[in-house]
Amino acid sequence: MTLNRRLFLGSLTATLAAPMVMAQSAKPRVVVVGGGAGGATVARYLAKDSKGEMDVVLIEPARTYYTCFFSNLYLGGFRTFESLGHTYGKLAADYGINVVHDYAVGVDRDAKTVTLASGSSLGYDKLVLSPGIDFVEGSVPGWSVESQNAMPHAYKGGSQTQLLMAQLAAMPAGGTFAMVAPPNPYRCPPGPYERISMVASHLKANNPTAKILLLDPKDKFSKQGLFEEGWNKHYSGMITRIGPDMGGNAIEVRPDTMEVVVDGEAEKVDMCNVIPGQRAGNIASLAGVTEGNWAPVHPDSMLSKLDENVYVLGDSTDQGDMPKSGFSANSQAKVAANHIRGALTGSKVFPAKYSNTCWSLIAADDGVKVGASYEPTPEKIASVESFISQTGEDAALRKATYEESIGWYTGITTDMFG
Amino acid sequence: MGSGRFLLALLLTAPGLVGPGAAETLGDAAKGADIFGKECKQCHMVGPDAKNRIGPSLNGIYGRRAGSMDGFKYSKSMARMGADGLDWTIERLDAYIENPKALVSGTRMNYRGLTDPTQRHDLMAFLRDYSDSPQNIPEAQPTAIRTVPDLAPEILALEGDPEYGEYLSAECTTCHQKDGSADGIPSITNWPEEDFVAALHAYKVKLRPHPVMQMMAGRLSNEEIAALAAYYATIED
Ligand SMILES: Cc1cc2nc3c(=O)[nH]c(=O)nc-3n(C[C@H](O)[C@H](O)[C@H](O)COP(=O)(O)OP(=O)(O)OC[C@H]3O[C@@H](n4cnc5c(N)ncnc54)[C@H](O)[C@@H]3O)c2cc1C
Repeated sequence: MTLNRRLFLGSLTATLAAPMVMAQSAKPRVVVVGGGAGGATVARYLAKDSKGEMDVVLIEPARTYYTCFFSNLYLGGFRTFESLGHTYGKLAADYGINVVHDYAVGVDRDAKTVTLASGSSLGYDKLVLSPGIDFVEGSVPGWSVESQNAMPHAYKGGSQTQLLMAQLAAMPAGGTFAMVAPPNPYRCPPGPYERISMVASHLKANNPTAKILLLDPKDKFSKQGLFEEGWNKHYSGMITRIGPDMGGNAIEVRPDTMEVVVDGEAEKVDMCNVIPGQRAGNIASLAGVTEGNWAPVHPDSMLSKLDENVYVLGDSTDQGDMPKSGFSANSQAKVAANHIRGALTGSKVFPAKYSNTCWSLIAADDGVKVGASYEPTPEKIASVESFISQTGEDAALRKATYEESIGWYTGITTDMFG
Repeated sequence: MGSGRFLLALLLTAPGLVGPGAAETLGDAAKGADIFGKECKQCHMVGPDAKNRIGPSLNGIYGRRAGSMDGFKYSKSMARMGADGLDWTIERLDAYIENPKALVSGTRMNYRGLTDPTQRHDLMAFLRDYSDSPQNIPEAQPTAIRTVPDLAPEILALEGDPEYGEYLSAECTTCHQKDGSADGIPSITNWPEEDFVAALHAYKVKLRPHPVMQMMAGRLSNEEIAALAAYYATIED
């Protein structure tokens, strides 16, 4: 019994509607929690490939999903905010998915039901959780979710991205932008560093005497050589990185006074982007399918190691070598969809193959990428082959890489939302 | 033509070639001249007065970056291959002449290819004479030259399972649009199956330069490539 009763009853008193258990039709039903890179993809593939043989319900509170991917490009002036938004209309109309704009607040794995914030409850044959991330409390002393307006994380899409942009645009001439980078593991390993690049691009154009202070608890980071080469080339003198050797691993922030404390010394900054340590989206913990911060899954199917009727996808999982990325979540979703259809309708289950590529933009037409292919082993999803852009590549290749990333964005969002 | 573009250093490290010392000639340049006249001259020029015509001038082709000839308007596909890093090494030139579409699909070069390896090597020996420092271009044993992704007839004859292809295609659709639009990433729908198979094998053996595609194709079996080709040949949208 894993239903969070207090939350469940609390939401009941707040609404007059009687709790309703949706009638189970004869068809098997898959409930997907979270309409992001993992959830939208799995729902679409299930609906598309099962051709009406199962009911697919997608629970997602937001009517518009704003991608985190390319949100940095918006900060850099290479994308509009609107271009990051995607709606669920096609999933409902073209694929017959029952899209429920609500928030899952509990899972009863014995009764196989999901409880929603509105008070209703939904039965499932298979449940898929792809709720993304939540933050580890106390990860950055002085910061909590309550201070996310003063010091935004902008590590979930939508309003946080807009807030960071608004603060960036309002920064005084010659001001300091600080970022507290997260410890491993976290979503999108190159994400914070692409953000530094895009913030620098914005400042170079609009506030060229401004400074960037990067406080980083990690010794090294994704695509480091490529980013550092690019920062020297395009934003020379603007970016200072303080790694763990200089106290980057013992940062405190003071949102009220807009200060960061490095190695005991308080420093006034003009804005501070705090990206805290991360864990599986809270509903995964409420459902009881996490161990520690993440949800362990079987490498060949994305099935939870703790429940044979629950799949977990994307950032929330502990699966092995794949980075937490939209590309990975999308790739995992297709393996899970194939496995779920096999379990519910007896369709053919093909062997799992996974892949990932993460593009990052350093400056206009200066794109880089890193990627790998993966296969399940008994222990984990293991990397098979990998590649990374090289330092010193010529401008034509970097431009082609950037153009390719635009194609990828169109490709993956079409793959998610139809 | 400018000669600053020669990347001879690259040639010396071209994979699969026998180093200096193993001096078997590439081919017979005199015979190559005849072949050039029959097969290439309608579109390409080579020699002191060579200009770009329907196709680019072939002076200094060895080591040149694909799609890089000043003043020639290349197809999008050839320009993309150049941006991806395709240099005309002996191996790649050989592969291209054998079956142009297998190496670079969708170019303006409307040529079916020269299947006889001896003829190809004669032609390449002839072209080498118009390169900057022909004596520096390593001699290769004809047998050391990899033919276009060893496409044995059995491989081409494989009947792909479109259902499996559809499942595998999920790996492609993260980037390649199913409706065939090509914006930054090429379209892969409705290709003739043989071309599709040849292209994927060319990535698999790393003749085509793109690292993501080399990785994706690298782990596909012959059956899987056939399955994908079968699926993508029939896709409607
Ligand atoms: C700045 C930045 C840049 C990035 N760039 C890239 C990139 O270039 N390429 C790339 O591949 N990845 C990138 N990523 C990573 C990518 O965004 C994530 O890895 C990906 O979104 C993970 O997919 P997911 O399905 O696990 O979670 P998400 O896509 O976050 O989806 C989770 C969804 O679940 C919903 N949800 C959560 N809890 C509940 C609940 N209880 N009930 C109902 N719904 C719920 C949320 O509203 C959300 O819509 C980037 C991330 C960031 C922050």
